[in-house]
Parts: sequence; structure tokens; C-alpha cells
Amino acid sequence: MYQYDTHDQAMVDARVAEFSDQVARRLSGTLSEEQFRPLRLKNGLYLQLHAYMLRVAIPYGTLSSRQLRTLGDIADRYDRGYGHFTTRQNIQYNWIRLEDAPAILADLAAVGMHAIQTSGNCIRNTTADHFAGAAPDEVADPRPYAELLRQWSTFHPEFDYLPRKFKVAIIGSETDRAAMKLHDIGIQVIRNDAGEEGLRVHVGGGMGRTPMIAPVIREFLPPLQMISYLEACLRVYNRYGRRDNKYKARIKILVHEIGADEYRRQVEEEFAHILTLGLEPPPAEFARIAAQFADPAFDPQAPEAIDRSDPDFALWVDQNVHPHKAAGYGIVTVSLKPTGGIPGDASADQIRLVADLARDYSFDEVRVTHAQNLVLPHVRRADLHALWQRLDAAGLANANLDLISDIIACPGLDYCSLANARSIPLAQKISQRFADPARQRDLGELKLKISGCINACGHHHAGHIGVLGVDRKGVENYQLLFGGSEGADTSLATIIGPGFSEDGIVDAIETATGVYLAHRSEGERFIDTYRRIGTAPFKEAIYG
Amino acid sequence: MDDTLIRLRDDAASAAPVLAFAELAETTNAAAVRLSPGDDARALLPLLGQLELVEVEFPGFNDGRGYSAARILREHGYAGELRAVGQVLVDQISHYHRCGFDAFRPDQPIARAAIDKAIATWPEVYQRTVDGRAPIWALRHG
Ligand code: HEM
Ligand code: SF4
Repeated sequence: MYQYDTHDQAMVDARVAEFSDQVARRLSGTLSEEQFRPLRLKNGLYLQLHAYMLRVAIPYGTLSSRQLRTLGDIADRYDRGYGHFTTRQNIQYNWIRLEDAPAILADLAAVGMHAIQTSGNCIRNTTADHFAGAAPDEVADPRPYAELLRQWSTFHPEFDYLPRKFKVAIIGSETDRAAMKLHDIGIQVIRNDAGEEGLRVHVGGGMGRTPMIAPVIREFLPPLQMISYLEACLRVYNRYGRRDNKYKARIKILVHEIGADEYRRQVEEEFAHILTLGLEPPPAEFARIAAQFADPAFDPQAPEAIDRSDPDFALWVDQNVHPHKAAGYGIVTVSLKPTGGIPGDASADQIRLVADLARDYSFDEVRVTHAQNLVLPHVRRADLHALWQRLDAAGLANANLDLISDIIACPGLDYCSLANARSIPLAQKISQRFADPARQRDLGELKLKISGCINACGHHHAGHIGVLGVDRKGVENYQLLFGGSEGADTSLATIIGPGFSEDGIVDAIETATGVYLAHRSEGERFIDTYRRIGTAPFKEAIYG
Repeated sequence: MDDTLIRLRDDAASAAPVLAFAELAETTNAAAVRLSPGDDARALLPLLGQLELVEVEFPGFNDGRGYSAARILREHGYAGELRAVGQVLVDQISHYHRCGFDAFRPDQPIARAAIDKAIATWPEVYQRTVDGRAPIWALRHG
């Protein structure tokens, strides 16, 4: 894992000092709320319905046990004893006092963390495949590139007041676990026919009110030109992205309006100029970073076989443990989706427990997934049973990864000032309706995603089943979407008909699962059946 | 009028009349020009040898196009005065400076000391820009 050196530390320390000064000026009235707003947003501090919300960056979703423990302690000390892991691999605290914000940032800085650029119209925290460095199908570990991006984008002076927020995701395998094509920039590390490593760059994807899948803008970029190329991509956007209408200000609209070919032409022109400026960190810097992501010392003798005599344990292994690139190891996903729980929420004690487990069983590493779960990336299969018992004792052994109760939900009307409808209570109801584990397993992989408004923070466009909260004459109403995916087969979900009340939508989802069960052929997931038979049978069953 | 101008340069300020970008076409010997956010800084490149002053307008502090305009001019060798005018706030000064601005005329006055402090906000920097500072990667690898 990447360790801050004195340079990195000096930067976060300077930020804490700067923000402490800004908070003091706000509290004394020297800064108006209007002037303070963009400054606090650059430190992840939102004003929500009831309190300030602080969003902490977890660069590319990777944490050490010490960092995770600090996140648990912050939940205890400054919040109400829990934190909320988000679809952007960050953590949010919903009950923060402005006066405490500088102290929290100081606690974070002590473990090499921060809230820099987790909000505002700047380059946000870069996300990455949560199985990076562990997945068997990986071409190359995307994290060294992500760390290079983190440094480059931190306090970038030219791109801090972009037309709109800017999100980058990076993956290193064909299997897309990061919804890469639904980002402003999505990068895939690939190998060309000559066996050389390079980057395929997609630009102009996104969700929100106008969802778009990012087209490929560069098929193959030499890896050590990434920074220069992104400078060019961002400069074209900063100069020509729309600023007249905030709903048309994302880069996806620019790319869509001028066309991918014209955008590419402008970027290439800028890129040619930028290459002459020497902005690219040298190969030695990439090597320095990459060395810190070298494999941990896997035990070559680690046994593959495990004792499956405990049926609950066996079910959990089958559902929540993925194959690892190293023999005798597994990738464990810790579900933060207990039946009836709030998706992505974890108590301070649970957070600290996972930190302990990472230290004891996973070479000190934890990942946060965009599906709001936690991952222990490098666990010896021989340790799985002991690990599972400790998770189970803390209510963290739910064997529901990628099943219907593994719901993504945004904060919705319970917290968010932009919401039309509540997301969390609906997620809770659905997970209760489908509480029976055998029934969930029978339904198989089914990605259900809920957003409380058109901004799509809950990824409803990318759900096999998506739910969108709307306001219908002052009453919360839910629209139902089918057919989205964020994997390598990225597709956008479409609304199938008139909306529902809260109870109505739960019934409609249940009806849809019935249609799937009646029509599925061998080995088909919900999404496969839906793609094969289309909306008609679903509509008929739901609307009659 | 209270002049809020602060210059970080030693030379004398240009006395030439400041033309709007649109007026440039009619003048052959312009020495001072003002860019609005939508104006293309690259159109000034043929004139860099004769320009003494480029004013870049920030009608709102959150319209960031002027940062790119400034950097483009410096990247192409412009050495004259580059002045940020309009809603120029102390919290953006370090970014302005890193993008090549060396003069400021804010709508609301800013004390010189506050400007110096703002420029010193970052002990080190991660990117190479046009301010001559060595980025952290260069410090790491000599
Ligand atoms: C609670 C306060 C929040 C507010 C006010 C908020 C606001 C917004 C807005 C306005 C957009 C649309 C941006 C656009 O289309 O240009 C958006 C998109 C998004 N937000 Fe949030 N959000 C909040 C919480 C969250 C949370 C908790 C997450 C993670 C779980 C999140 C993740 C996202 C994602 C993934 C998108 C869509 C991707 C994209 O930007 O295209 N947001 N948010
Ligand atoms: S989708 Fe809407 S309701 Fe949900 S968090 Fe985003 S802005 Fe708020």
C-alpha cells in the first residue's frame, strides 16, 4: 500500500492549516456563507437537511487497518457512532459540527487521509477496481496509476473551478468492477498485441439526469503519458464545457454536443502541445509508487482446501468469497447490507472490527466497494472460517453479495436536501420482503439500485432493477427501471411505466422477479432474461 | 476610483489603453488587451511580442476559464504582465499565481500581506505549471 512520504504529509498538513483558518473566518463572520461554500465543499463539507455532512476521501478505495480504525474512532468522537460508505468508495459522516471539522481533518491527516476535493467542481477522488492487486483476471494493477492521478489532481491550480464536478475511475481487468464507463473519464489498463502495457481512455460518461456511456477517446495511450493526456482532456473541457446551464455542464454534454471525433481532435491538438512542456512525472516516480503496491508476501504453501461442514459458512464462502490470483487465498467481501439495515452504514465498532480483521488476516488491507461493501483482499483460505466466525458475531456475515438484498441506495430524503423521495426506508423494506436467503439465492445475481432523485447518486441507471424517487404533486413516488448494468456490458436502464407508492414499488419488484423465474432459461440471470424477452412480459404482469 | 491593483512585478505598469478582445482586429499595434472568459487566448499568440499587459476577467470567482487562458499564454512564452481582474478573492490567489498571473485587480481590495500569505499556502506542489516551482516528483528524483 502507498505510504505518504514527507512531501505528501506536508501537503495534507498545509490543507488542515488552510481550512482551519477558513472555518475560523466563517465562524467570526469574515467569510459569508456564499464565499465559504465553495471552500468547504473542496473539503467535503456539505450543509445537509439537518447538519453538516463530511465526506472523507478514500483514494481508490484502499485503506490500511490503521486508517480504517481512525474512521471508526471519528464516527464515535464526532458523529453518532456510525459512518456511511458511499458508491464513490468514500465514507460520509452525517452529523458533523462545523466547529469540529478542522479537528477531524487533523485526525485524518495523522493517518495520511483527508477530505480534499471530495466535493465541488474539481477533480474528485479517483475510484478504482476494489479487487485491484488480487483479481486473477488483472492485466496490471491500476492503483499505481490511481495514486499518480491522486497526486496530480491534488490542488491542481488550473482545474479547480471546472464547469462541473469531474470523476475518474480506473480498472486493470476486462471485468469492470468500477462502473468505469459511467465516469467523466474511465481508464482501462490494457496490453496491446505487442504485449505492451497501455491505457484505453474513455471520456464523457456519467449518470445524473442525462446518463451516458463514455466513448473511447484514445484506444492506446503509452502509460507514462497519462498525466499529459489528462491535462489535455481537462483543458479542453475547462475552456469549452458549458457554463450557462448547470445541468448541461458535465463533460458528457460537451462530448455529446461536439461529438467524440471533434473532442478527440481538440484533445490531440492540446496533447501535442502539452507533451512539449515536460509535465509528466518520470518513470522513476511511477516505479517508486508501483513498488509500494507490490504483492504482499503470499505463502506459496497456503492450502486451497477448506472444511465446508458448517453449512452457513459454506454458503457465505460460495457467495462472498471470490477467487484470488494467489493459490490458497480468497477475496472476501464483507456485506454492509444486513436484512432491514441501511445500505453502506457501519457502526464504529464494526468499522474497528474490520480493521482488526484486516490486520489479522489480510496483510493489513481493506477496500471499499462502489456497491457500499468492504473487501478484505488477501485472505488465506485456511483462515476463512475463523474470519467468518468473527464477522458473524458482529452481524457482518450476511451471505448476500450481488443478490437482491445487496442494494445500493443513496441517502435520499432522510438526509439529502435535493431528494424527492426516501431511499433508505425503501431499501429496508425490499430487503425485508426478500429476507429469506434461499429465495435470494434462487433469484441469483440481481443488482438493485435506488436513487432519491434524478441526480442518480444511487446508480439507478445501472441497476438490473433501478428505482428512481420522484415528486408527484408533493407525494413521494417511485419509478421502476429495468436493464441497466455497469459491468463490462454497461447498459442504461429504462423506465418501464407509471410510478408507484412505496408499498406499490416493493410489490412491483416482487412481481418482476416472478416473471423472471417463470421465463428464465438455464444459467440466465435476471438481466439476461430481461434482455432476451424484453419489457412486455414484465409490463403485463406489473400493470395488468 | 480606489485602485485595488497589486502588482508582483518590478517594471512600470503599462500605460497603453486596454482594448477589448473584440477590438483587436481593428488595431495593429495593441499593447494591452482584456480577455473575457469566452475569448480564445490562443488568438493572442501572434501578438505576444508586442503585448505588455493582458487582463483576464473573472466575472465570478467560480468561472475557471481564465486559469487556462493564463497558462496557455505563459506556456507560449508571454512575459508581460498578466492581470486577474474582477471577482478575485484571496482564496484563489495561490491558483492564479501558479497559472502565471503576476498582478491582481480585485473588485474588493485585498491587502498585499494577505496576497503574499496566500501565495505561500502550499509548501510544495504536485504539478509542474508555469510558475517555475519544481513539483514534488522532481524533488523526489532530483
Ligand atoms: C447527500 C448529499 C448529496 C448531494 C447533495 C449530491 C448531489 C449530487 C448531484 C447534484 C449529482 C448530479 C451531478 C450531475 O449530474 O452533474 C450527483 C451525482 C452523483 N452522486 Fe451525489 N450527492 C449526494 C450524496 C451522494 C452520495 C452519498 C453518493 C455516494 C453514495 C453520491 C454519489 C454520486 C454519484 C455516483 C453520482 C452520479 C455520477 C455522476 O456524477 O454522474 N452522492 N450527486
Ligand atoms: S440521488 Fe438525489 S436524493 Fe439521492 S443523494 Fe443524490 S441528490 Fe440526494
